[in-house]
Amino acid sequence: MQLVWLFLVVSGILTAMVTGRMAEVTKSVIDAAKTSVELSIGLIGIMALWLGFMKLAESAGLVQALARLLKPLTKRLFPDVPPEHPAMGSMLSNIAANMLGLGNSATALGLKAMQDLKSLSKYGETATNAMATFLTINTTSVTIIPATVIAMRASAGSENPAGIIGATLVATICSTVVGVTVAKLLEKRKAYRLPDREEAA
Amino acid sequence: MKEWILWAAQVASDWAIPLLFLLIVGAAAFKKVKLYEEFVEGAKEGFNVGVRIIPYLVAILCAIAIFRSSGALDFAVNGLSFILEPLGIPPEVLPMALVRPLSGSGALGVLSEGLETYGPDSPLGNTLSVMMGSTETTFYVLAVYFGSVAIRKTRHTLAACLIGDAAGLIAAIYVSRFFFN
Repeated sequence: MQLVWLFLVVSGILTAMVTGRMAEVTKSVIDAAKTSVELSIGLIGIMALWLGFMKLAESAGLVQALARLLKPLTKRLFPDVPPEHPAMGSMLSNIAANMLGLGNSATALGLKAMQDLKSLSKYGETATNAMATFLTINTTSVTIIPATVIAMRASAGSENPAGIIGATLVATICSTVVGVTVAKLLEKRKAYRLPDREEAA
Repeated sequence: MKEWILWAAQVASDWAIPLLFLLIVGAAAFKKVKLYEEFVEGAKEGFNVGVRIIPYLVAILCAIAIFRSSGALDFAVNGLSFILEPLGIPPEVLPMALVRPLSGSGALGVLSEGLETYGPDSPLGNTLSVMMGSTETTFYVLAVYFGSVAIRKTRHTLAACLIGDAAGLIAAIYVSRFFFN
């Protein structure tokens, strides 16, 4: 992330010097800072709503039941997470919300999942294998209903706005399979291995 | 058939959340959970998470804003089209491929422009739509999710996500060719 950030900022500003768009850069960076706060504040309500319902679902044993149901799969994907741990339930809820195209709700559940995973981690500021695998599944998410795209196609006057569902499903299955495979291969590479000694969290 | 699929997709996304809430509340009541207290207890955390992600959001969204508004993104798109054209990837879809992982609103802009220019039911319009749905705004997700739990060393996550994205985008292009041509 460090390098990505450096690249975006430095190459952007250098380009602006050449293209003479310094004024635009100044304006857009300040707008972006404002937007970030608006986004986060907007998320607070949705977060609270979902965290409230998730707490109820946990107390009712629903989350654990879902986790138990999908145990054969999750055991392989997340070998370091105990199958009945709340982390498993919140990860699965996030993945399900993503599949249905439930945008902000998925984000709220996903942030909850990260907290649960962090509570299992002994590595402090370092990402665990489970976190990396989870985020790969999240960003390459298998999509059953690409809700936003369907809405945009409908408003653009498409005769078949939902016609892309099948193709999207196939493409996202490809991306998830490739992503998870790569994550699993990379996690054992020397350059990416977890530190041997556990950091004080 | 078309109407039926559309209808099912609409119903599924309309009904999913209310039905889930009903299921949760019903099950919790059955288990004699203290509904109101437990809900509020869980909801309290929402504020903390929302506030905690602000600096990470500012960092990533501002960096992307600089990159986009300076014209550097356009240069990257132009530069890469020379490499990708021989691979049978139409240059028109390149802006989408590059913008999608960086910026959700940017990608929506690219999509709506593309649907307008080429028509939503044209091969290109369909391809762009599938590409839009085939990945997430990876940089934003990583920044916010890791930021919310104060993780700095992300190890192989970015590499795995970007390779997955690339696979999804390429699959989207070829699958669309198969489905819509």
